[in-house]
Amino acid sequence: MTMTAPLDVVSAPVCLGPGPDGSPSAHITVRGLHKQFNGTVIYENFDLDIPRGKFVSVFGPNGCGKSTLINLISGLIPIDSGQVRFDGKTLAQTKIGYVFQNYREALFPWMTAFENIVYALLLRKVARPEAEERVHKLVTHLGVKIDLKLYPYMMSGGQQQLVSIMRALIIEPEVLFLDEPFSALDYEMTLFMREQLQRIFEETGTTMVLVSHDLEEAVYLADYVLLLTRRPGRIAAYPLVDIPRPRNDATLADKDFVLLKASCLEIFQREVRRG
Amino acid sequence: MTKTSDRYLPLIGVAGLILFWYVGYWVKIVDPVLLPPPHAAAMALWKGMAGGNLYSDFLVTVYRTLAAISIAAVIAIPLGILLGANERLYRSVEFVIDFFRSTPASAMFPLFLVIFGVGDRTKIFVAAFGAMLVILFNVAYGVMNARKTRILAAKIMGASNWRIMKDVVLMESLPQTFVGLRNGISLALVIVVVAEMFIGSVNGIGNRVFTAQQMFEMPDMYAAIFAAGALGYGMNIVFLMIEKSYVHWSGK
Ligand SMILES: Nc1ncnc2c1ncn2[C@@H]1O[C@H](COP(=O)(O)OP(=O)(O)O)[C@@H](O)[C@H]1O
Ligand SMILES: [Mg+2]
Repeated sequence: MTMTAPLDVVSAPVCLGPGPDGSPSAHITVRGLHKQFNGTVIYENFDLDIPRGKFVSVFGPNGCGKSTLINLISGLIPIDSGQVRFDGKTLAQTKIGYVFQNYREALFPWMTAFENIVYALLLRKVARPEAEERVHKLVTHLGVKIDLKLYPYMMSGGQQQLVSIMRALIIEPEVLFLDEPFSALDYEMTLFMREQLQRIFEETGTTMVLVSHDLEEAVYLADYVLLLTRRPGRIAAYPLVDIPRPRNDATLADKDFVLLKASCLEIFQREVRRG
Repeated sequence: MTKTSDRYLPLIGVAGLILFWYVGYWVKIVDPVLLPPPHAAAMALWKGMAGGNLYSDFLVTVYRTLAAISIAAVIAIPLGILLGANERLYRSVEFVIDFFRSTPASAMFPLFLVIFGVGDRTKIFVAAFGAMLVILFNVAYGVMNARKTRILAAKIMGASNWRIMKDVVLMESLPQTFVGLRNGISLALVIVVVAEMFIGSVNGIGNRVFTAQQMFEMPDMYAAIFAAGALGYGMNIVFLMIEKSYVHWSGK
Protein backbone atom coordinates (compact mmCIF):
# COMPACT_ATOMS: atom_id res chain seq x y z
CA MET A 1 0.00 0.00 0.00
CA THR A 2 1.09 3.57 -0.57
CA MET A 3 1.99 5.70 2.38
CA THR A 4 -1.24 7.60 2.69
CA ALA A 5 -2.15 9.36 5.86
CA PRO A 6 -3.29 6.94 8.56
CA LEU A 7 -6.99 6.35 8.73
CA ASP A 8 -7.48 8.87 11.44
CA VAL A 9 -11.23 9.11 11.66
CA VAL A 10 -11.34 9.82 15.36
CA SER A 11 -10.08 13.37 15.18
CA ALA A 12 -12.06 14.12 12.04
CA PRO A 13 -14.90 16.59 12.58
CA VAL A 14 -18.13 14.73 13.25
CA CYS A 15 -20.80 14.71 10.58
CA LEU A 16 -19.28 16.35 7.54
CA GLY A 17 -22.18 15.48 5.26
CA PRO A 18 -24.54 12.71 4.37
CA GLY A 19 -22.02 10.78 2.27
CA PRO A 20 -19.02 8.70 3.23
CA ASP A 21 -15.45 9.97 3.19
CA GLY A 22 -14.28 10.57 -0.36
CA SER A 23 -17.76 11.36 -1.74
CA PRO A 24 -18.37 8.52 -4.19
CA SER A 25 -21.52 8.78 -6.28
CA ALA A 26 -24.69 8.11 -4.31
CA HIS A 27 -27.09 5.28 -5.04
CA ILE A 28 -29.47 5.80 -2.15
CA THR A 29 -30.17 9.27 -0.80
CA VAL A 30 -32.00 9.85 2.45
CA ARG A 31 -33.05 13.40 3.17
CA GLY A 32 -34.76 14.99 6.16
CA LEU A 33 -35.77 11.64 7.63
CA HIS A 34 -37.94 11.75 10.74
CA LYS A 35 -39.01 8.75 12.76
CA GLN A 36 -40.28 8.35 16.27
CA PHE A 37 -41.79 5.47 18.20
CA ASN A 38 -44.40 6.51 20.75
CA GLY A 39 -42.72 9.85 21.34
CA THR A 40 -39.14 8.53 21.31
CA VAL A 41 -37.29 10.24 18.50
CA ILE A 42 -35.09 7.78 16.61
CA TYR A 43 -34.24 9.98 13.63
CA GLU A 44 -34.60 13.71 13.30
CA ASN A 45 -33.77 15.52 10.10
CA PHE A 46 -31.42 12.69 9.13
CA ASP A 47 -29.48 12.80 5.87
CA LEU A 48 -27.54 9.90 4.40
CA ASP A 49 -25.96 8.86 1.12
CA ILE A 50 -25.21 5.26 0.29
CA PRO A 51 -22.73 4.86 -2.56
CA ARG A 52 -23.45 2.75 -5.61
CA GLY A 53 -22.12 -0.77 -5.89
CA LYS A 54 -20.41 -0.51 -2.52
CA PHE A 55 -20.69 -2.46 0.68
CA VAL A 56 -21.76 -0.32 3.63
CA SER A 57 -21.73 -1.72 7.16
CA VAL A 58 -23.90 0.01 9.75
CA PHE A 59 -22.52 -0.04 13.27
CA GLY A 60 -23.52 1.74 16.46
CA PRO A 61 -24.69 1.40 20.04
CA ASN A 62 -27.41 -1.06 20.90
CA GLY A 63 -30.87 0.29 20.19
CA CYS A 64 -29.57 3.36 18.35
CA GLY A 65 -31.73 2.59 15.34
CA LYS A 66 -29.62 0.54 12.95
CA SER A 67 -32.39 -1.89 12.10
CA THR A 68 -34.89 0.93 12.05
CA LEU A 69 -32.75 2.75 9.50
CA ILE A 70 -32.67 -0.05 6.95
CA ASN A 71 -36.31 -0.88 7.66
CA LEU A 72 -37.24 2.72 6.89
CA ILE A 73 -35.17 2.76 3.71
CA SER A 74 -36.56 -0.58 2.56
CA GLY A 75 -40.12 0.39 3.43
CA LEU A 76 -40.68 -2.31 6.03
CA ILE A 77 -41.82 0.39 8.41
CA PRO A 78 -43.30 3.71 7.33
CA ILE A 79 -41.31 6.92 7.67
CA ASP A 80 -42.88 9.84 9.52
CA SER A 81 -41.52 12.32 7.01
CA GLY A 82 -38.56 12.76 4.73
CA GLN A 83 -37.48 11.34 1.43
CA VAL A 84 -35.74 8.19 0.30
CA ARG A 85 -34.62 7.84 -3.32
CA PHE A 86 -32.80 5.15 -5.23
CA ASP A 87 -31.03 6.79 -8.14
CA GLY A 88 -33.79 9.37 -7.94
CA LYS A 89 -36.49 6.68 -8.08
CA THR A 90 -38.96 5.86 -5.34
CA LEU A 91 -38.98 2.60 -3.48
CA ALA A 92 -41.94 1.37 -5.52
CA GLN A 93 -39.89 1.75 -8.69
CA THR A 94 -36.93 -0.10 -7.24
CA LYS A 95 -36.19 -3.78 -6.77
CA ILE A 96 -34.65 -4.44 -3.39
CA GLY A 97 -33.73 -7.51 -1.41
CA TYR A 98 -33.77 -7.97 2.34
CA VAL A 99 -32.24 -10.67 4.50
CA PHE A 100 -33.66 -11.01 7.98
CA GLN A 101 -31.75 -11.88 11.11
CA ASN A 102 -34.26 -14.56 12.01
CA TYR A 103 -33.95 -16.96 9.07
CA ARG A 104 -36.18 -19.46 10.86
CA GLU A 105 -39.10 -17.10 10.52
CA ALA A 106 -38.21 -15.61 7.17
CA LEU A 107 -38.18 -18.63 4.86
CA PHE A 108 -41.41 -20.46 4.08
CA PRO A 109 -41.25 -23.89 5.72
CA TRP A 110 -44.02 -25.30 3.54
CA MET A 111 -41.84 -24.90 0.45
CA THR A 112 -38.54 -26.56 -0.33
CA ALA A 113 -35.50 -24.31 -0.39
CA PHE A 114 -35.66 -24.35 -4.19
CA GLU A 115 -39.32 -23.34 -4.22
CA ASN A 116 -38.60 -20.57 -1.74
CA ILE A 117 -36.20 -19.02 -4.23
CA VAL A 118 -38.44 -19.67 -7.23
CA TYR A 119 -41.34 -18.03 -5.42
CA ALA A 120 -39.56 -14.68 -5.38
CA LEU A 121 -39.50 -14.77 -9.20
CA LEU A 122 -43.08 -15.98 -9.52
CA LEU A 123 -44.13 -12.93 -7.51
CA ARG A 124 -42.36 -10.83 -10.13
CA LYS A 125 -44.47 -12.49 -12.81
CA VAL A 126 -41.67 -14.60 -14.23
CA ALA A 127 -43.03 -17.80 -15.77
CA ARG A 128 -42.17 -20.97 -13.87
CA PRO A 129 -39.87 -22.63 -16.44
CA GLU A 130 -37.79 -19.47 -16.73
CA ALA A 131 -37.84 -18.99 -12.97
CA GLU A 132 -36.48 -22.47 -12.34
CA GLU A 133 -33.88 -21.96 -15.02
CA ARG A 134 -32.71 -18.76 -13.36
CA VAL A 135 -32.46 -20.38 -9.94
CA HIS A 136 -30.31 -23.15 -11.39
CA LYS A 137 -28.11 -20.51 -12.98
CA LEU A 138 -27.71 -18.58 -9.74
CA VAL A 139 -26.83 -21.75 -7.87
CA THR A 140 -24.13 -22.56 -10.41
CA HIS A 141 -22.93 -18.98 -10.51
CA LEU A 142 -22.52 -18.79 -6.74
CA GLY A 143 -21.17 -22.32 -6.52
CA VAL A 144 -23.63 -23.18 -3.80
CA LYS A 145 -23.39 -26.75 -2.59
CA ILE A 146 -26.66 -27.29 -0.74
CA ASP A 147 -29.40 -29.78 -1.51
CA LEU A 148 -32.14 -27.32 -2.36
CA LYS A 149 -34.76 -30.06 -2.49
CA LEU A 150 -34.74 -30.03 1.30
CA TYR A 151 -37.22 -28.07 3.37
CA PRO A 152 -35.67 -25.17 5.29
CA TYR A 153 -36.21 -26.80 8.68
CA MET A 154 -34.04 -29.72 7.56
CA MET A 155 -31.07 -27.40 6.98
CA SER A 156 -28.46 -25.88 9.23
CA GLY A 157 -28.82 -22.21 10.17
CA GLY A 158 -26.08 -21.19 7.78
CA GLN A 159 -27.65 -23.07 4.89
CA GLN A 160 -31.01 -21.49 5.62
CA GLN A 161 -29.46 -18.05 5.67
CA LEU A 162 -27.68 -18.78 2.40
CA VAL A 163 -31.05 -19.73 0.91
CA SER A 164 -32.48 -16.46 2.26
CA ILE A 165 -29.68 -14.55 0.57
CA MET A 166 -30.27 -16.36 -2.72
CA ARG A 167 -33.99 -15.69 -2.47
CA ALA A 168 -33.19 -12.00 -2.06
CA LEU A 169 -30.63 -12.02 -4.89
CA ILE A 170 -32.59 -13.99 -7.47
CA ILE A 171 -34.61 -10.97 -8.58
CA GLU A 172 -31.32 -9.13 -9.18
CA PRO A 173 -32.07 -6.35 -6.72
CA GLU A 174 -30.42 -2.99 -6.97
CA VAL A 175 -29.77 -3.00 -3.25
CA LEU A 176 -29.48 -5.82 -0.76
CA PHE A 177 -30.19 -5.06 2.90
CA LEU A 178 -29.02 -7.46 5.58
CA ASP A 179 -29.99 -7.08 9.25
CA GLU A 180 -27.47 -8.95 11.40
CA PRO A 181 -27.81 -11.95 9.10
CA PHE A 182 -25.23 -14.11 10.85
CA SER A 183 -25.80 -13.24 14.49
CA ALA A 184 -27.90 -16.32 15.14
CA LEU A 185 -25.21 -18.65 13.77
CA ASP A 186 -22.32 -20.25 15.61
CA TYR A 187 -18.86 -18.77 15.20
CA GLU A 188 -17.57 -21.26 12.66
CA MET A 189 -20.63 -20.81 10.48
CA THR A 190 -20.41 -17.03 10.85
CA LEU A 191 -16.86 -17.02 9.49
CA PHE A 192 -17.92 -19.25 6.60
CA MET A 193 -20.93 -17.09 5.79
CA ARG A 194 -18.81 -13.93 5.84
CA GLU A 195 -16.69 -15.41 3.09
CA GLN A 196 -19.78 -16.43 1.14
CA LEU A 197 -21.23 -12.95 1.40
CA GLN A 198 -17.98 -11.33 0.39
CA ARG A 199 -17.80 -13.58 -2.66
CA ILE A 200 -21.42 -12.89 -3.57
CA PHE A 201 -20.75 -9.17 -3.29
CA GLU A 202 -17.73 -9.39 -5.56
CA GLU A 203 -19.61 -11.60 -8.04
CA THR A 204 -22.71 -9.46 -8.28
CA GLY A 205 -21.54 -5.95 -7.45
CA THR A 206 -24.87 -5.27 -5.82
CA THR A 207 -25.05 -2.32 -3.45
CA MET A 208 -25.18 -3.88 -0.01
CA VAL A 209 -26.13 -2.46 3.37
CA LEU A 210 -25.31 -4.68 6.32
CA VAL A 211 -26.29 -4.03 9.92
CA SER A 212 -23.83 -5.71 12.24
CA HIS A 213 -23.21 -5.79 15.96
CA ASP A 214 -19.75 -7.21 15.38
CA LEU A 215 -17.23 -4.47 14.60
CA GLU A 216 -14.68 -6.85 13.13
CA GLU A 217 -17.28 -8.24 10.76
CA ALA A 218 -18.55 -4.77 9.91
CA VAL A 219 -15.11 -3.49 8.95
CA TYR A 220 -13.97 -6.73 7.32
CA LEU A 221 -16.85 -6.76 4.84
CA ALA A 222 -17.28 -3.06 4.23
CA ASP A 223 -16.14 -0.50 1.74
CA TYR A 224 -17.53 2.10 4.13
CA VAL A 225 -18.46 1.83 7.79
CA LEU A 226 -21.44 3.94 8.79
CA LEU A 227 -21.03 4.68 12.48
CA LEU A 228 -24.17 5.97 14.13
CA THR A 229 -24.58 7.95 17.34
CA ARG A 230 -27.02 7.23 20.11
CA ARG A 231 -30.62 8.31 19.63
CA PRO A 232 -31.57 10.51 17.92
CA GLY A 233 -29.37 8.93 15.31
CA ARG A 234 -26.73 10.96 13.48
CA ILE A 235 -23.67 9.97 11.50
CA ALA A 236 -20.72 9.77 13.91
CA ALA A 237 -18.28 8.83 11.16
CA TYR A 238 -18.43 7.23 7.74
CA PRO A 239 -14.89 6.12 6.94
CA LEU A 240 -13.60 4.36 3.85
CA VAL A 241 -12.12 0.91 4.39
CA ASP A 242 -9.23 1.17 1.99
CA ILE A 243 -8.18 -2.44 2.02
CA PRO A 244 -8.07 -4.52 -1.17
CA ARG A 245 -10.39 -7.44 -1.84
CA PRO A 246 -10.67 -10.32 -1.59
CA ARG A 247 -10.00 -10.02 2.08
CA ASN A 248 -8.97 -13.02 4.10
CA ASP A 249 -7.62 -14.08 7.46
CA ALA A 250 -4.49 -12.06 6.84
CA THR A 251 -6.64 -8.95 6.55
CA LEU A 252 -7.59 -9.27 10.19
CA ALA A 253 -3.95 -8.70 11.13
CA ASP A 254 -3.37 -5.99 8.49
CA LYS A 255 -2.11 -2.75 10.01
CA ASP A 256 -4.65 -0.53 8.28
CA PHE A 257 -7.44 -2.87 9.24
CA VAL A 258 -6.41 -2.91 12.88
CA LEU A 259 -5.99 0.86 12.97
CA LEU A 260 -9.36 1.53 11.40
CA LYS A 261 -11.07 -0.96 13.66
CA ALA A 262 -9.47 0.68 16.68
CA SER A 263 -10.59 4.15 15.68
CA CYS A 264 -14.12 2.90 14.96
CA LEU A 265 -14.15 1.32 18.39
CA GLU A 266 -13.07 4.59 19.94
CA ILE A 267 -15.91 6.45 18.28
CA PHE A 268 -18.30 3.73 19.30
CA GLN A 269 -17.21 3.89 22.93
CA ARG A 270 -17.38 7.66 22.95
CA GLU A 271 -20.98 7.33 21.77
CA VAL A 272 -21.80 4.69 24.36
CA ARG A 273 -20.33 6.81 27.15
CA ARG A 274 -22.20 9.88 26.01
CA GLY A 275 -25.55 8.30 26.96
CA MET B 1 -31.49 -43.88 22.85
CA THR B 2 -34.64 -45.95 23.00
CA LYS B 3 -34.34 -49.67 22.74
CA THR B 4 -36.56 -51.48 20.29
CA SER B 5 -38.13 -53.31 23.22
CA ASP B 6 -39.33 -49.88 24.46
CA ARG B 7 -41.86 -49.90 21.65
CA TYR B 8 -43.72 -52.63 23.44
CA LEU B 9 -43.90 -50.77 26.74
CA PRO B 10 -47.53 -49.67 26.18
CA LEU B 11 -48.49 -53.36 26.13
CA ILE B 12 -47.58 -53.55 29.80
CA GLY B 13 -50.38 -51.16 30.65
CA VAL B 14 -52.85 -53.15 28.59
CA ALA B 15 -51.77 -56.41 30.19
CA GLY B 16 -51.96 -54.78 33.62
CA LEU B 17 -55.49 -53.57 33.00
CA ILE B 18 -56.65 -57.03 31.87
CA LEU B 19 -54.95 -58.69 34.84
CA PHE B 20 -56.49 -56.18 37.23
CA TRP B 21 -59.87 -56.82 35.66
CA TYR B 22 -59.50 -60.62 36.05
CA VAL B 23 -58.46 -60.26 39.67
CA GLY B 24 -61.44 -58.00 40.30
CA TYR B 25 -63.64 -60.58 38.68
CA TRP B 26 -62.23 -63.54 40.68
CA VAL B 27 -62.38 -61.86 44.06
CA LYS B 28 -65.82 -60.52 43.17
CA ILE B 29 -65.16 -56.86 43.93
CA VAL B 30 -68.53 -56.19 42.34
CA ASP B 31 -71.42 -58.40 41.33
CA PRO B 32 -70.19 -60.65 38.45
CA VAL B 33 -73.32 -59.67 36.56
CA LEU B 34 -72.03 -56.09 36.45
CA LEU B 35 -68.41 -57.05 35.84
CA PRO B 36 -68.13 -59.96 33.44
CA PRO B 37 -64.67 -61.42 32.77
CA PRO B 38 -62.57 -59.71 30.08
CA HIS B 39 -62.88 -62.63 27.69
CA ALA B 40 -66.68 -62.34 27.77
CA ALA B 41 -66.43 -58.66 26.82
CA ALA B 42 -63.85 -59.50 24.14
CA MET B 43 -66.16 -62.18 22.72
CA ALA B 44 -69.05 -59.73 22.64
CA LEU B 45 -66.84 -57.16 20.92
CA TRP B 46 -65.68 -59.68 18.35
CA LYS B 47 -69.19 -60.99 17.63
CA GLY B 48 -70.70 -57.51 17.58
CA MET B 49 -68.11 -56.09 15.20
CA ALA B 50 -67.97 -59.13 12.91
CA GLY B 51 -71.30 -58.59 11.26
CA GLY B 52 -73.26 -58.05 14.46
CA ASN B 53 -75.37 -55.07 15.53
CA LEU B 54 -72.45 -53.30 17.11
CA TYR B 55 -70.80 -52.93 13.74
CA SER B 56 -73.77 -51.18 12.16
CA ASP B 57 -74.08 -48.92 15.20
CA PHE B 58 -70.38 -48.20 14.93
CA LEU B 59 -70.80 -47.14 11.31
CA VAL B 60 -73.76 -44.91 12.14
CA THR B 61 -71.70 -43.10 14.77
CA VAL B 62 -68.77 -42.73 12.36
CA TYR B 63 -71.11 -41.29 9.77
CA ARG B 64 -72.67 -38.79 12.19
CA THR B 65 -69.31 -37.66 13.52
CA LEU B 66 -67.82 -37.21 10.06
CA ALA B 67 -70.92 -35.40 8.84
CA ALA B 68 -70.74 -33.09 11.85
CA ILE B 69 -67.06 -32.31 11.43
CA SER B 70 -67.50 -31.72 7.68
CA ILE B 71 -70.31 -29.23 8.22
CA ALA B 72 -68.32 -27.57 11.00
CA ALA B 73 -65.18 -27.30 8.87
CA VAL B 74 -66.96 -25.93 5.82
CA ILE B 75 -68.48 -23.14 7.89
CA ALA B 76 -65.73 -22.49 10.41
CA ILE B 77 -62.61 -22.41 8.23
CA PRO B 78 -63.65 -19.57 5.89
CA LEU B 79 -65.24 -17.71 8.78
CA GLY B 80 -62.13 -18.18 10.90
CA ILE B 81 -59.93 -16.79 8.15
CA LEU B 82 -62.21 -13.80 7.78
CA LEU B 83 -62.22 -13.13 11.51
CA GLY B 84 -58.51 -13.72 11.88
CA ALA B 85 -57.69 -11.32 9.07
CA ASN B 86 -59.83 -8.55 10.60
CA GLU B 87 -58.60 -8.10 14.12
CA ARG B 88 -61.31 -5.54 14.98
CA LEU B 89 -64.02 -7.83 13.67
CA TYR B 90 -62.57 -10.67 15.70
CA ARG B 91 -62.42 -8.60 18.88
CA SER B 92 -66.03 -7.67 18.44
CA VAL B 93 -67.26 -11.27 18.30
CA GLU B 94 -64.58 -12.85 20.46
CA PHE B 95 -66.71 -12.80 23.59
CA VAL B 96 -69.68 -14.44 21.92
CA ILE B 97 -67.52 -17.19 20.44
CA ASP B 98 -65.74 -17.76 23.73
CA PHE B 99 -69.00 -17.86 25.60
CA PHE B 100 -70.58 -20.50 23.41
CA ARG B 101 -67.32 -22.40 23.20
CA SER B 102 -67.45 -22.67 26.98
CA THR B 103 -71.10 -23.66 27.02
CA PRO B 104 -71.49 -27.46 27.25
CA ALA B 105 -72.95 -28.44 23.89
CA SER B 106 -75.21 -30.94 25.65
CA ALA B 107 -77.05 -27.96 27.12
CA MET B 108 -78.09 -27.13 23.56
CA PHE B 109 -79.82 -30.48 22.92
CA PRO B 110 -83.31 -29.40 23.90
CA LEU B 111 -83.07 -26.29 21.76
CA PHE B 112 -81.87 -28.21 18.71
CA LEU B 113 -84.52 -30.87 19.39
CA VAL B 114 -87.25 -28.28 19.20
CA ILE B 115 -85.85 -26.88 15.99
CA PHE B 116 -84.78 -30.01 14.12
CA GLY B 117 -86.87 -32.81 15.70
CA VAL B 118 -85.59 -36.20 16.87
CA GLY B 119 -83.92 -37.40 13.68
CA ASP B 120 -80.32 -37.71 12.62
CA ARG B 121 -80.11 -34.02 11.87
CA THR B 122 -80.32 -32.89 15.48
CA LYS B 123 -77.43 -35.08 16.60
CA ILE B 124 -75.29 -34.01 13.68
CA PHE B 125 -76.10 -30.32 14.03
CA VAL B 126 -75.42 -30.14 17.77
CA ALA B 127 -72.08 -31.87 17.26
CA ALA B 128 -71.34 -29.60 14.29
CA PHE B 129 -72.19 -26.57 16.41
CA GLY B 130 -69.76 -27.57 19.14
CA ALA B 131 -66.98 -28.52 16.74
CA MET B 132 -67.51 -25.39 14.66
CA LEU B 133 -66.69 -23.04 17.52
CA VAL B 134 -63.53 -24.97 18.35
CA ILE B 135 -62.35 -24.90 14.73
CA LEU B 136 -63.35 -21.27 14.27
CA PHE B 137 -61.36 -20.19 17.29
CA ASN B 138 -58.26 -22.10 16.20
CA VAL B 139 -58.33 -20.94 12.58
CA ALA B 140 -58.76 -17.30 13.58
CA TYR B 141 -55.98 -17.67 16.11
CA GLY B 142 -53.71 -19.27 13.52
CA VAL B 143 -54.34 -16.47 11.04
CA MET B 144 -53.79 -13.75 13.62
CA ASN B 145 -50.54 -15.28 14.80
CA ALA B 146 -48.96 -15.67 11.38
CA ARG B 147 -45.27 -14.87 11.73
CA LYS B 148 -44.75 -11.18 11.11
CA THR B 149 -41.35 -11.77 9.55
CA ARG B 150 -42.77 -14.08 6.87
CA ILE B 151 -45.40 -11.53 5.97
CA LEU B 152 -42.75 -8.83 5.73
CA ALA B 153 -40.55 -11.13 3.66
CA ALA B 154 -43.38 -11.65 1.17
CA LYS B 155 -44.19 -7.97 1.18
CA ILE B 156 -40.64 -6.93 0.40
CA MET B 157 -40.56 -9.47 -2.44
CA GLY B 158 -43.45 -7.54 -3.94
CA ALA B 159 -46.40 -9.74 -2.96
CA SER B 160 -49.83 -8.12 -3.12
CA ASN B 161 -52.06 -8.22 -0.05
CA TRP B 162 -54.07 -10.97 -1.70
CA ARG B 163 -50.98 -13.09 -2.38
CA ILE B 164 -49.74 -12.52 1.16
CA MET B 165 -53.09 -13.73 2.46
CA LYS B 166 -53.27 -16.75 0.16
CA ASP B 167 -49.64 -17.82 0.03
CA VAL B 168 -48.40 -16.90 3.48
CA VAL B 169 -51.06 -16.24 6.10
CA LEU B 170 -53.21 -19.18 5.06
CA MET B 171 -50.29 -21.57 5.08
CA GLU B 172 -49.13 -20.16 8.39
CA SER B 173 -52.52 -20.87 9.91
CA LEU B 174 -52.70 -24.50 8.73
CA PRO B 175 -50.98 -26.14 11.72
CA GLN B 176 -53.38 -24.36 14.08
CA THR B 177 -56.30 -25.26 11.81
CA PHE B 178 -55.39 -28.91 12.15
CA VAL B 179 -55.26 -28.57 15.91
CA GLY B 180 -58.78 -27.17 15.71
CA LEU B 181 -59.96 -30.01 13.47
CA ARG B 182 -58.49 -32.64 15.76
CA ASN B 183 -60.04 -31.10 18.87
CA GLY B 184 -63.25 -30.55 16.94
CA ILE B 185 -63.58 -34.17 15.91
CA SER B 186 -63.01 -35.40 19.48
CA LEU B 187 -65.71 -33.06 20.69
CA ALA B 188 -68.06 -34.03 17.86
CA LEU B 189 -67.69 -37.71 18.79
CA VAL B 190 -68.46 -36.98 22.44
CA ILE B 191 -71.56 -35.01 21.53
CA VAL B 192 -72.79 -37.58 19.01
CA VAL B 193 -72.40 -40.46 21.47
CA VAL B 194 -74.18 -38.58 24.23
CA ALA B 195 -76.95 -37.54 21.85
CA GLU B 196 -77.36 -41.15 20.79
CA MET B 197 -78.00 -42.10 24.39
CA PHE B 198 -80.64 -39.67 25.26
CA ILE B 199 -82.63 -38.25 22.42
CA GLY B 200 -85.16 -40.89 21.33
CA SER B 201 -82.35 -42.58 19.49
CA VAL B 202 -82.59 -46.01 17.88
CA ASN B 203 -79.00 -46.62 16.78
CA GLY B 204 -75.37 -45.57 17.16
CA ILE B 205 -72.72 -46.62 19.67
CA GLY B 206 -74.19 -44.40 22.38
CA ASN B 207 -77.54 -46.06 21.93
CA ARG B 208 -75.92 -49.52 22.07
CA VAL B 209 -74.15 -48.73 25.35
CA PHE B 210 -77.37 -47.41 26.79
CA THR B 211 -79.69 -50.28 25.74
CA ALA B 212 -77.15 -52.94 26.74
CA GLN B 213 -77.02 -51.37 30.17
CA GLN B 214 -80.81 -51.16 30.40
CA MET B 215 -81.08 -54.88 29.53
CA PHE B 216 -78.21 -55.92 31.78
CA GLU B 217 -76.25 -57.31 28.84
CA MET B 218 -73.01 -56.30 30.46
CA PRO B 219 -70.52 -57.92 28.02
CA ASP B 220 -72.32 -56.07 25.20
CA MET B 221 -72.09 -52.82 27.10
CA TYR B 222 -68.34 -53.17 27.68
CA ALA B 223 -67.92 -54.16 24.05
CA ALA B 224 -69.72 -50.99 22.94
CA ILE B 225 -67.60 -48.86 25.30
CA PHE B 226 -64.40 -50.30 23.84
CA ALA B 227 -65.71 -49.79 20.33
CA ALA B 228 -66.32 -46.12 21.17
CA GLY B 229 -62.84 -45.86 22.65
CA ALA B 230 -61.28 -47.45 19.59
CA LEU B 231 -63.22 -45.06 17.38
CA GLY B 232 -62.02 -41.98 19.23
CA TYR B 233 -58.45 -43.21 19.37
CA GLY B 234 -58.48 -44.27 15.72
CA MET B 235 -59.88 -40.97 14.49
CA ASN B 236 -57.20 -39.11 16.38
CA ILE B 237 -54.47 -41.26 14.86
CA VAL B 238 -55.82 -40.89 11.35
CA PHE B 239 -55.96 -37.15 11.82
CA LEU B 240 -52.45 -36.99 13.22
CA MET B 241 -51.23 -38.90 10.19
CA ILE B 242 -52.97 -36.56 7.76
CA GLU B 243 -51.59 -33.64 9.73
CA LYS B 244 -48.06 -34.99 9.66
CA SER B 245 -48.00 -35.43 5.92
CA TYR B 246 -49.96 -32.28 5.11
CA VAL B 247 -48.43 -29.77 7.52
CA HIS B 248 -45.07 -31.46 7.75
CA TRP B 249 -43.43 -28.26 8.96
CA SER B 250 -45.64 -27.94 12.04
CA GLY B 251 -43.62 -27.42 15.19
CA LYS B 252 -40.34 -27.39 13.30
N1 LIG C 1 -41.91 -1.09 16.31
C1 LIG C 1 -41.36 -0.39 17.33
N2 LIG C 1 -42.16 0.21 18.25
C2 LIG C 1 -41.61 0.92 19.25
N3 LIG C 1 -40.30 1.07 19.44
C3 LIG C 1 -39.46 0.50 18.58
C4 LIG C 1 -39.95 -0.27 17.47
N4 LIG C 1 -38.89 -0.72 16.76
C5 LIG C 1 -37.78 -0.26 17.40
N5 LIG C 1 -38.12 0.48 18.48
C6 LIG C 1 -37.18 1.16 19.36
O1 LIG C 1 -36.37 1.98 18.56
C7 LIG C 1 -35.02 1.92 18.98
C8 LIG C 1 -34.14 1.49 17.83
O2 LIG C 1 -34.42 0.14 17.52
P1 LIG C 1 -33.55 -0.70 16.50
O3 LIG C 1 -33.49 0.03 15.20
O4 LIG C 1 -34.09 -2.04 16.48
O5 LIG C 1 -32.13 -0.68 17.20
P2 LIG C 1 -30.78 -1.40 16.74
O6 LIG C 1 -29.82 -0.29 16.46
O7 LIG C 1 -30.32 -2.20 17.90
O8 LIG C 1 -31.07 -2.23 15.53
C9 LIG C 1 -34.97 0.99 20.16
O9 LIG C 1 -34.97 1.74 21.32
C10 LIG C 1 -36.23 0.20 20.03
O10 LIG C 1 -36.69 -0.16 21.30
MG1 LIG D 1 -31.26 -4.38 15.27
